Amino acid sequence: MQRAGISVAKLAASIGLVGLLVAAATARLQAQQAADPPPPWKQGQPAGIADTNLAPIAPPPLPTAADKLPLDKLKTKPGFKIEVYAAGVANARTLRLGDKGTVFVSSRVQDKVHAIVTKDGKRELKVVASGLHRPNGIALHKGTLYIAELHQISKIEKIEDNLDNPPKPTVILGDLPKEEPHGWKYLTVGPDEKLYFQIGAPCNICMPSERHAKIYRVGLDGKGLEVYAYGIRQIVGMDWHPTLKQLYFSENSRDWLSEDVPEDKLNRVTQPGKDNFGYPYCHQGNFTDPEFGWGRSCSEFTKPIALLGPHSAALGLKFYTGNGLGNEYRNVIFLARHGSWNRSVKIGGDVVTIRLNDDGTFRSMEPFITGFIQNNNYVGRPVDLLPMKDGSLLVSDDYNGAVYRVSRTGASTAAK
Amino acid sequence: MILLCAWTPRGWADSIDERMTPCLACHGEKGQSTNPEIPSLGAQTSPYVLIQLYLFREKLRRLDVMNDAVKGFTDDDLRTFADTISRLPPPQPTADTTDPARMVRGQALVRQHRCNVCHNPDLAGRDNIPRIAGQREDFLVKTMREYKANIRAGYDASMGDVMQPISDADILDLAYFSARQR
Repeated sequence: MQRAGISVAKLAASIGLVGLLVAAATARLQAQQAADPPPPWKQGQPAGIADTNLAPIAPPPLPTAADKLPLDKLKTKPGFKIEVYAAGVANARTLRLGDKGTVFVSSRVQDKVHAIVTKDGKRELKVVASGLHRPNGIALHKGTLYIAELHQISKIEKIEDNLDNPPKPTVILGDLPKEEPHGWKYLTVGPDEKLYFQIGAPCNICMPSERHAKIYRVGLDGKGLEVYAYGIRQIVGMDWHPTLKQLYFSENSRDWLSEDVPEDKLNRVTQPGKDNFGYPYCHQGNFTDPEFGWGRSCSEFTKPIALLGPHSAALGLKFYTGNGLGNEYRNVIFLARHGSWNRSVKIGGDVVTIRLNDDGTFRSMEPFITGFIQNNNYVGRPVDLLPMKDGSLLVSDDYNGAVYRVSRTGASTAAK
Repeated sequence: MILLCAWTPRGWADSIDERMTPCLACHGEKGQSTNPEIPSLGAQTSPYVLIQLYLFREKLRRLDVMNDAVKGFTDDDLRTFADTISRLPPPQPTADTTDPARMVRGQALVRQHRCNVCHNPDLAGRDNIPRIAGQREDFLVKTMREYKANIRAGYDASMGDVMQPISDADILDLAYFSARQR
């Protein structure tokens, strides 16, 4: 009741505000025109925003040829090397590993899920599903490939036995909202053997419907759908803490507020079914939204455990539980920052490591792979990470349609 | 109108100018369309055209005449057509009489919704952001309505996001203004 009252008042306030802005802009325009008319497109624009060149950066539709990938630009830490694992994987997004060693790669602006098979040292690319709508979310569990499209979740059983002639996916959960903005999903299987995914806010900033801006979980058969967490704008990365078994996820914060606020977040669910992360009222745990935040307080909401940079587009994250990268990386989070668009000086465009305290709280963050931004332009954009059985780490790049492999060099390999 | 614009397959050995002939039969001589709801192509940005041709080839954006037109195109074909189209002269704005009050409204909306920030202040587009200056008004209206209704297959969801709060009346004013920009 109270909430409805507030939102009606706010709606009226926002309409009033917009009306005022338009009226003011119109009056100013007319005044300018009466005096000395500048070219039509320059009228009424504050110098600052007219001179910015900000726009979402769409990846080129055609993947970059292997010999044109920006390997020489990508830098990792001493003692590690980075190489091309696979090229020509158009719009490579989420990475998943099958029990038999197949690497599965999703896409967001393409309609396909690919499999990368290594045979006699050579890598072969196969299409295992096509005709899909924004199949960003994929998960592998006990031999079954689960695919989260924008509007439904489906599965293909025994996928690794049928890579050359896979059956069509069977829908297990349909009728999800069809809004395009933030409609693409991230998908993971929890320790409870349920599928976890989000339905993002269908906008940059708005009052989402009852169905939006939440993390859900559902049984592997598509039954028992329930809300797992509230107040989330968009997620493109989730993983489970290896010992605490809690869900960690990256969250992309709103745009167009300023260059530096709010920052993207690393969140943790400690109260399943109760945690509310604040959208659209509170951003980055301490900043109420200038439109929706009136009458609310950030203290009502679950705080992030770390801030990951404004507009940095924190996407895939993975706890590294192997030892091929060295003991100092055990149980460390690797997180891909896709990189900003809504900021004059781009940030992100890297893979960072995040170390946690024993209680799961944040300790430190440092760069692990850098160089995706050159001269304030992208030469690639990292999306997701996949620890391999040999201890190496794969990184997907949707800008180039490529997958890279990072590994220890020389004798310093901690364990093999 | 679509029927008049049926695609005629041509030999692959033809020059790009010859291969462009069927495109311009619908999209207009020098890329200025005179056909309702068929866009002008002149000076459209090459990365944007490449994306659209790719979406048509992969049938991620469905329109029979366009899906057929680019069927069998190689990646290099798509790049060649995109570059060629981007070099056509920009379309001339509609020559109708202009209602100054509507222009002021449209311009205020452009600024309010930050069209100018992505599409450039002169709405000529850049990179993957299309030129909308001088575009056919009916095509702009149709496209904005489709984005708002989540039925235009965008490459990414940016326009779906932008269009959500914009009323149909405002769509009409935005298109009116944009179609009259040079």
